[in-house]
Amino acid sequence: MDFTPDDEQQALREAVRGLLATTYADHDARRRTVAEDPGFDEKLWGRLAEMGVLGLPFSEADGGVGAGPVEIGIVCQELGRVLAPEPYLASVVHAGGLVAACGTAEQKADVLGRLSAGDLVLAAADTAPGARWSSANDGVRATVEGDAWTLTGVADPVVGGARADLLVVTAALPDGGTGLFLVSPEAVERTGYVAADLTRAASVRFDASAATPLGEPGRDLSASIATISDLTRIMGANQALGVMQSQVRATTDYLKSRTQFGVTLNTFQALTFRAADMYVSLEMAQSMVDWATMTIAGGDPAVVADAADRVGLTIARTGRHVGQEAIQLHGGIAMTAEYAVGVGAAHVEVLGQWLGNGAHHLSRLADRVGEHEMVDAV
Amino acid sequence: MQLELSPTDAEFRTRMRELFTTKVPQEIRDTVLAGRHLSHDQIVESQRILNAEGLAVPHWPTEWGGQDWTDLQRHLWHEEMQRAGVPLPLAFNASMIGPVIAQFGTQEQKERFLPATANLDIWWSQGFSEPDAGSDLASLRTSAVRDGDDWVVNGQKTWTTLGQYGDWIFTLVRTDPEVKKQAGISMLLIDMTSPGVEVRPIELIDGGHEVNEVWFSDVRVPGDLMVGDPGQGWTIAKFLLGNERVGVAPVGATKRALARLKSEAADLMDDPLVRARVAELENDLLALELTALRVVAHSSDGAPHPASSVLKLRGSELQQAVSELALDLAGPASLAARADDDSPQEGWARRSAPTYLNLRKASIYGGSNEVQRQIISRTILGL
Ligand SMILES: Cc1cc2nc3c(=O)[nH]c(=O)nc-3n(C[C@H](O)[C@H](O)[C@H](O)COP(=O)(O)OP(=O)(O)OC[C@H]3O[C@@H](n4cnc5c(N)ncnc54)[C@H](O)[C@@H]3O)c2cc1C
Repeated sequence: MDFTPDDEQQALREAVRGLLATTYADHDARRRTVAEDPGFDEKLWGRLAEMGVLGLPFSEADGGVGAGPVEIGIVCQELGRVLAPEPYLASVVHAGGLVAACGTAEQKADVLGRLSAGDLVLAAADTAPGARWSSANDGVRATVEGDAWTLTGVADPVVGGARADLLVVTAALPDGGTGLFLVSPEAVERTGYVAADLTRAASVRFDASAATPLGEPGRDLSASIATISDLTRIMGANQALGVMQSQVRATTDYLKSRTQFGVTLNTFQALTFRAADMYVSLEMAQSMVDWATMTIAGGDPAVVADAADRVGLTIARTGRHVGQEAIQLHGGIAMTAEYAVGVGAAHVEVLGQWLGNGAHHLSRLADRVGEHEMVDAV
Repeated sequence: MQLELSPTDAEFRTRMRELFTTKVPQEIRDTVLAGRHLSHDQIVESQRILNAEGLAVPHWPTEWGGQDWTDLQRHLWHEEMQRAGVPLPLAFNASMIGPVIAQFGTQEQKERFLPATANLDIWWSQGFSEPDAGSDLASLRTSAVRDGDDWVVNGQKTWTTLGQYGDWIFTLVRTDPEVKKQAGISMLLIDMTSPGVEVRPIELIDGGHEVNEVWFSDVRVPGDLMVGDPGQGWTIAKFLLGNERVGVAPVGATKRALARLKSEAADLMDDPLVRARVAELENDLLALELTALRVVAHSSDGAPHPASSVLKLRGSELQQAVSELALDLAGPASLAARADDDSPQEGWARRSAPTYLNLRKASIYGGSNEVQRQIISRTILGL
């Protein structure tokens, strides 16, 4: 057992941190980037590709790097630290993950190769309007005539959907179950919008849109879809952890420097104690995130699903505790868009509502409390 | 990073599990598992069995019975003990005064006290707190004045846990009232049968008698019973209170308490609100367990880890939260706390209120949670 990143993992963290700092040295840079389409920095995306970061999760045969979950988690944490709006989770982890799990050899080599090279941005369209975190998407229905598949319906929100070069769509199959399809944006109608954290999502309307089945046509892929969603949740938790680390650091720095009543704020114990509690929450969350990330390597989908619920609940609780306190202890300045802690709270909230919020994970865990005597870490 | 235990550690855990479940009498373990009070004799019997197996004081220096385990192995030892319902070695002996004598004691003190301390032939009490010196321990007033080779001790200690069983008490006393308050403190070992020592019971809100006042009137203590030099007491006390990184949070015991509650109150587990509270607690306990593992899994230098405060703080909160849930689940049955043994109410439910009340102590003693927050904000966050 070992909770410490090894030298190579540490080097990866430093490299990614260094690269992100060239673009997001301060929060102003992030503000400028999200103010304009496509809502992230294409140049940075290209440099992430050059560094091999976009291909991290994929096998070398598919044009990737073949790294493990811990490495991907490190990247997500670093993205979270600077609130990077790049669609790494949506495009690489989620949509890329679906292709890697379900595509044919040719599809994988083609799509993942171009994704890793930075030539193709993906988005997963897997949520019906009003739906909540299900691997079945009945907002979009698939039809087949001969070999020709078409999709009809609406997916919303599609995170990163407006800029994507290719959509990975979940749809209800004619004979039941849920399938996956590759769809060109030309075949659909897309309406992009801005989420609460200023990242981008879209509404995608399918109207007998031509679609290519991912993997074997007509096959029910619900189980793989669920597992990839769980992996994305765990990586989303890594990203949220990065945000919260920044929030705690910013809050500590602020308490030491902000003067009121002629003294710095850290003179007031009522405030330092609240900062201590934020730190405690953060440490617990870090433990859960590291643990959940490491469970992926074992490869058991049930274990990963359980870990995703557990870390999802922890992050939901910690996200609110740390985010709300970070804003409160900063006072008015944190309410401004020019200051990162408040935007961080928005980002963690967006991640949670996209991937699964606290109530959702808690209710799933509550259903299962009778199935075990106690929960063990190892 | 890697989640699995190494084969050596996994094998170690299996061996611990086996020893704890086979060597310690079932009746003693059942008492612990059911949350009933252990008797003096049960505590002594259990520690002697552990000591015979080399399991009572594994963290001491090897020449005095220690085992040279890694922190992770110590953690596994500690968790398995709690899981099996084995009473933990008496903390005053095993975690407090033993390591202090091993570190600061004279050769004579080591030979005289360490084997007896490990085997619980001597039951130690901790005489630090006083009515006017709690969190601000350095303001203590119990005095020791030199008289020939002896020290003469006068004053009052309070909150002395299980002092009614104490053979000896390790105390902090003021030997020099003139210097800065920390610098005038020394540590004395006092035989509780000495003339002038009086132990008076304090009744707690749970109705039990686990703490006492200890009064000293002209108690003569031979000079060779001072640990370290005069004035070194504060340094020694900091060592004593700070050298724990393993077992500061009773993770195993709290997990076991929750698991037990789930099975004892099984008929209430259909309520989705109850299940949600259980699920939330299980998740928080998992985070606590993982944090404890993070603290111990990668550290071999034995220095106090700042995250100990995190574990103490969160550990006490969760211990208390599980006792709150038990009380809520017991409902009206909890009123039967002091009913006769033939009460129709179930044992766990009858014990729920006293346990809830008793565990309020967890966030007060051993450095209150406010003191832990102070440590986190000052030493970890630099505030
Ligand atoms: C059941 C039990 C068993 C015990 N066993 C022993 C024993 O065996 N031997 C022994 O020596 N002692 C023992 N203690 C004593 C224990 O260590 C003290 O109770 C503890 O140190 C707190 O001191 P106090 O009770 O005087 O509270 P106080 O120090 O008076 O504190 C009162 C409140 O103020 C808070 N507070 C104090 N200072 C600060 C500060 N600077 N900032 C913010 N908040 C602060 C405290 O956290 C607490 O909430 C025991 C206590 C209990 C309850």
